[in-house]
Amino acid sequence: MMAVGLGHYLAVSAILLVLGIFGIFMNRKNVIVILMSVELILLAVNVNLVAFSASLGDLVGQVFAMFVLTVAAAEAAIGLAIVVIYFRNRGSIEVEDVNLMKG
Amino acid sequence: MIAAVAFYVFAAILIASAAMVVSARNPVHAVLFLILAFFNASALFVLAGAEFLAMILIIVYVGAVAVLFLFVVMMLDINFSALREGVQRYAPVGAAVGLVLLIELGFVLGGWKFADGAQSLRFAPNAANVSNTAQLGRLIYTDYILLFQTSGLVLLVAMIGAIVLTLRDRGGLGTHASRRQDIATQIARMPQDTLVMLHVPTGGPTGAYLKPLKVEPAEIIEHNTHAPHEAAHGEH
Repeated sequence: MMAVGLGHYLAVSAILLVLGIFGIFMNRKNVIVILMSVELILLAVNVNLVAFSASLGDLVGQVFAMFVLTVAAAEAAIGLAIVVIYFRNRGSIEVEDVNLMKG
Repeated sequence: MIAAVAFYVFAAILIASAAMVVSARNPVHAVLFLILAFFNASALFVLAGAEFLAMILIIVYVGAVAVLFLFVVMMLDINFSALREGVQRYAPVGAAVGLVLLIELGFVLGGWKFADGAQSLRFAPNAANVSNTAQLGRLIYTDYILLFQTSGLVLLVAMIGAIVLTLRDRGGLGTHASRRQDIATQIARMPQDTLVMLHVPTGGPTGAYLKPLKVEPAEIIEHNTHAPHEAAHGEH
């Protein structure tokens, strides 16, 4: 079924997840790179789902990976729209300046 | 054997390009590395036997999401060097958190195993002589139809939300004003509002012919929607 063991896929997925979280911490100011890091995290989730789906021979994992992909696309669209209007209002995208609502 | 080698190559490129995404100085390079990461992830999907998802990954992620990122990065005039000021300050914290997380995930990877009855709990086992795409289609249009429709609704809400968020009604006149479609005016428009009847001189073909009424472009803007109507009456 699979060329390599399930553990290899899970290791790749784990490293991808850690890189995404590291990217969120490292680029605290640049919201565009933060959104890209979120995409990497969701990609790690998808790799995990597909690996288990292929290993077990159960297709439900791939169905759910497709739904994760849908939500990721919607999230990117809304996030980038918010970035665009924030830049239009403030002339900057520094996340630490986002305190207009004083929450 | 060759599939295993391909897996290691694709996985190595995937991880390296993901590392470049989070550490690249230029955001355009970060987006391009993100595209490379998506391509390699889809190659991993192909190796795992999920062809349809691999193609969807390329179409949706590379074709839509990554291009959207590239579009926004290039459209906004952002001072990216100012955004990288705190990187030296934040990198140790991020590295510490990532290291702890990686060690914990390593523990999980080292110690897990399938439950005894895992094979019998499969909901949709792989059929023998049916392609991956056909099986997925049979699944999402029957058992998962509700989730499928809901994900369509999520996309609709995201689309409307993005439009509502970024739509800007610019005030002002002339070419800078936002043009709006007034459907009632369009439907109520009559031929005599925009056409003028001309009487041709005798000797030619009998009757008359219609000529478009000259409408000033400025009249489109505001409060002048009835002007062509009055002009047409003035002609008679």
